[in-house]
Amino acid sequence: MNNFVILPILLPLLTGIFLIFLARKVNAQRVVSLVSAIISIVIAISLVIEVKTNGIQVMQASSWDAPFGISIVADMLSSLLVLVTSIIVFSVLIYSFKHIDEGRERFFYYPLVQFLIVGVNGAFLTGDIFNLFVFFEVMLMSSYVLLVIGGTKIQLRETIKYLLVNVIASALFVVAVALLYSVVGTLNIADISQRIAEIDQPAIITVIAILFLVVFGLKGAIFPLYVWMPGSYYAPPIPILALFGALLTKVGIYSILRTFTTLFYHHPEYTHSIMLYLAILTIIFGCIGVLAYMDVKKIIIYNIVVAIGVILFGISIMNTESLAGSVMYTLHDMLIKSALFLLIGMMIAKTGTSNMKRMGGLMHQYPFLGWLFFIAAISLAGVPPFSGFAGKLMIIQGAFKAGHYAGGLIVLFSSLIVLYSVMRIFIYAFWGEKKEYELAPEQKKDTRFLLLPISILIAVSIAYGIGSEAVYTYVSDAVQVLTNPSDYIQAVLKE
Amino acid sequence: MEILMSIVVGILFTIATYLVLSKSLLRIIVGTGILSHAAHLLILTMGGLKQGAVPILSENAKSYVDPLPQALILTAIVISFGVTSFFLVLAYRSYQELGTDNMDQLRGNKSYE
Repeated sequence: MNNFVILPILLPLLTGIFLIFLARKVNAQRVVSLVSAIISIVIAISLVIEVKTNGIQVMQASSWDAPFGISIVADMLSSLLVLVTSIIVFSVLIYSFKHIDEGRERFFYYPLVQFLIVGVNGAFLTGDIFNLFVFFEVMLMSSYVLLVIGGTKIQLRETIKYLLVNVIASALFVVAVALLYSVVGTLNIADISQRIAEIDQPAIITVIAILFLVVFGLKGAIFPLYVWMPGSYYAPPIPILALFGALLTKVGIYSILRTFTTLFYHHPEYTHSIMLYLAILTIIFGCIGVLAYMDVKKIIIYNIVVAIGVILFGISIMNTESLAGSVMYTLHDMLIKSALFLLIGMMIAKTGTSNMKRMGGLMHQYPFLGWLFFIAAISLAGVPPFSGFAGKLMIIQGAFKAGHYAGGLIVLFSSLIVLYSVMRIFIYAFWGEKKEYELAPEQKKDTRFLLLPISILIAVSIAYGIGSEAVYTYVSDAVQVLTNPSDYIQAVLKE
Repeated sequence: MEILMSIVVGILFTIATYLVLSKSLLRIIVGTGILSHAAHLLILTMGGLKQGAVPILSENAKSYVDPLPQALILTAIVISFGVTSFFLVLAYRSYQELGTDNMDQLRGNKSYE
């Protein structure tokens, strides 16, 4: 019992409510949200340390014992994800100070970011399947408003699609929870896991598992269900896009990871082989999208799809190496995707276009930006000293160990395509002749300040890559819980 | 009783799917309304429809109906209220700005070039 666990949810919630009253005072909003973001990082670090020293932390809401109340559970996986989320939010907030226009800032941009974090952290930390649905809705509702805030034509059009897809996904989530409840009669994840183990996962549970895969696949953009993403993510301004790209799909992936390691792990030959094929198709279709566009935003958006495929592939193998690899890769990917979106945001701000054919010669003017982009690009592809390497290495090790040689090779080959796609941006935009850009006067802002948040993210990512060994001691704790659901069950239901 | 309700829920899902796949935005929103209606009815059905008193302790009955699905439905209803009202305002606003409610014209293929 530890009330500390709920702080990552409570702090952004209270900050968000407080910020509503400051709606017209932009400077006060900035200061309050920045202070709150720094406190979140401190809280998340102490949560990680707490879980490392004392094992899984559980809070039973209102002291109702486990299966009857709502449990908030922080194991190592959730704590690490909360930590990475708070680092990303901190950087994106600093970026927003200069990049988001004042009209949006005055209309509840900062409160909405806080409510988005409530949903994301809540989804990471909850131990109750219906509560997970509620936190999904908190997250999605804020993301709808963040997507449409400003009300330009493209945002209106794409928000309609994003909203419709997610309304359907939410209805399916409710259906899946209803069916699961009718079979096991409980909603607490630990308790459900225990009861499914008692009845040894009959066929109906496998059907429900696939329904959950569809629901979380819609949120997390896996193969036949990712088609909403490229259009919708194209619409919002860059800082919002960075938040979405780093956090929203990863919540879907986390939910798949949690449900398929804790609940539906009894018949992996069926559920996990479906996941395996979907993961490989996700990688392939993501790679096609990555190569098809000359638009830098589109390229990075399709890179999310590739990364989702790689992580899902690791989950579907289900051995210690591949799960550790998936966790490592998820943490890395959240950091590096937000950094990449912020980087291309800055390139678009400098050149006034998102088409890389119309960019060129940026290296002469902005060498620091160029080198940051270069580091981000090779980290994304997984070049050894940097952060993407360790995760992919372990995923491929796991795949080879389980005998999925073709899948492992596809993951390797996809890294090559990912590297090519981002290097193509680098070559087009930073090399070559300097071009003249037609910028409207209001676009010629001083953007040096924007390099600070990008540098923070890149620095964290480099530290993550070089210190993989140290990070792995934490990740192995997370995987320990994923491979032995009984640890999780015992922590939640012990009293 | 559960079988009858399951059939009704199935019919509602069919109608919702049909409406969501149509071209007019308002029909799509009506479809999502029916979809959430079907989902809520399904929770109630899946919680069991056995005879029992309403879940109020002062009834002093021998058995009560399951209170948990009712709480879940109540939560899901207010969430879908919120989302639907946002969706309706969004549709109104985009009708004003974009001048159409035909989903074919809202594809937006051209602006990516």
